[in-house]
Amino acid sequence: MNAPRATAPFQSLIEAHAGAVAAFLRGMLPTDDVDDVLQETLVAALRAYPGFDGASPRAWLLTIARRKAIDEHRARSRRPEALAEPDAIAASPAPEGPDAALWERVAALPPKQRAAVVLRFALDLRYREVGEALDCSEAAARRNVHEAVRALRATDPTTDIEEESA
Amino acid sequence: MTTDTDLKRAVRAATTGDLDLAELGDAVSRRAADAGLLDLAYAEIDSPLGPLLAVSTPAGLVHLGYPNRPRDAQLELLAERISPRIVEAPGRLDAVRRELDEYFAGRRRDFGLALDWQLTAGFVRAVLERTAAIPFGETRTYGEVAAAAGSPRAFRAAGRALGANPIPIVVPCHRVLRSGGALGGYGGGLDVKRELLTLEGVLD
Repeated sequence: MNAPRATAPFQSLIEAHAGAVAAFLRGMLPTDDVDDVLQETLVAALRAYPGFDGASPRAWLLTIARRKAIDEHRARSRRPEALAEPDAIAASPAPEGPDAALWERVAALPPKQRAAVVLRFALDLRYREVGEALDCSEAAARRNVHEAVRALRATDPTTDIEEESA
Repeated sequence: MTTDTDLKRAVRAATTGDLDLAELGDAVSRRAADAGLLDLAYAEIDSPLGPLLAVSTPAGLVHLGYPNRPRDAQLELLAERISPRIVEAPGRLDAVRRELDEYFAGRRRDFGLALDWQLTAGFVRAVLERTAAIPFGETRTYGEVAAAAGSPRAFRAAGRALGANPIPIVVPCHRVLRSGGALGGYGGGLDVKRELLTLEGVLD
């Protein structure tokens, strides 16, 4: 038997999953870079599509998006203007308030934990799919999310206050 | 205390945004075409018959689907027969849209579009190429088209070839009738055949 191959028109993947890929990239990159990296992701996916086995298209697209986001980070850190705006990578512009403060701490997590948190909490992915998107096992994906949540709780300023008053 | 609910709300707030799929499709198809990756571009084109599904390859128009065919089934068949690298890219079909608009408005008698014949072969292709040469407002019989394609007695096979026409309207299979003048068949339905022949002044 031949290896399974993708036969769905590529457009159907765009329609079904571009929203999820865009949300993931908004969680990983400064807003200004999202459109461009989203397009790059879809062009790279189109290139690889005839060899794709058709299973888990969303996780497959997210894997490509994550690699493109890493490429973008590297390219940006090599560009001289990155020195002038060192915070541009870590912080996506977010509104004021407790959500924004918490998001800033998510954005400061190590990249893999940040990605795991975005996949799990923005996209509601199961750990199996988080693992597929991160090129790691389901167990490692679960561990990444749990370590991230523990780190966020440990750095939670409101937690510190409660602990001091207790 | 950071709860999962807090985290979900904060992450959602930071990752929610607008996404214009049409704009994204245009940008992706432009970059894909530059990279030689856009095997098939498609658009739905409004017409008096209803929306037509127009699909092109870099070589030209390869498929024009009648309104009575479900879009997804047509695209899946093309994915199988040509390539799954299919993107909705209305900008790539501008010339097709313009010429069809002009044809339906009575301002165009001949199409100047590049055609990709790859979905046809052998006798089918011979019949369709002869059919493409039938002038606006004229008709031929199935037997005449079969003869022109080299097999005068194969009028039934010619009928089947016309029924398999992947680029109707532009390749005017509606201009082929039975020898007594009866309409014969039509893949888009006889109403469509009648409407096209009326537009061309063959029928009242």
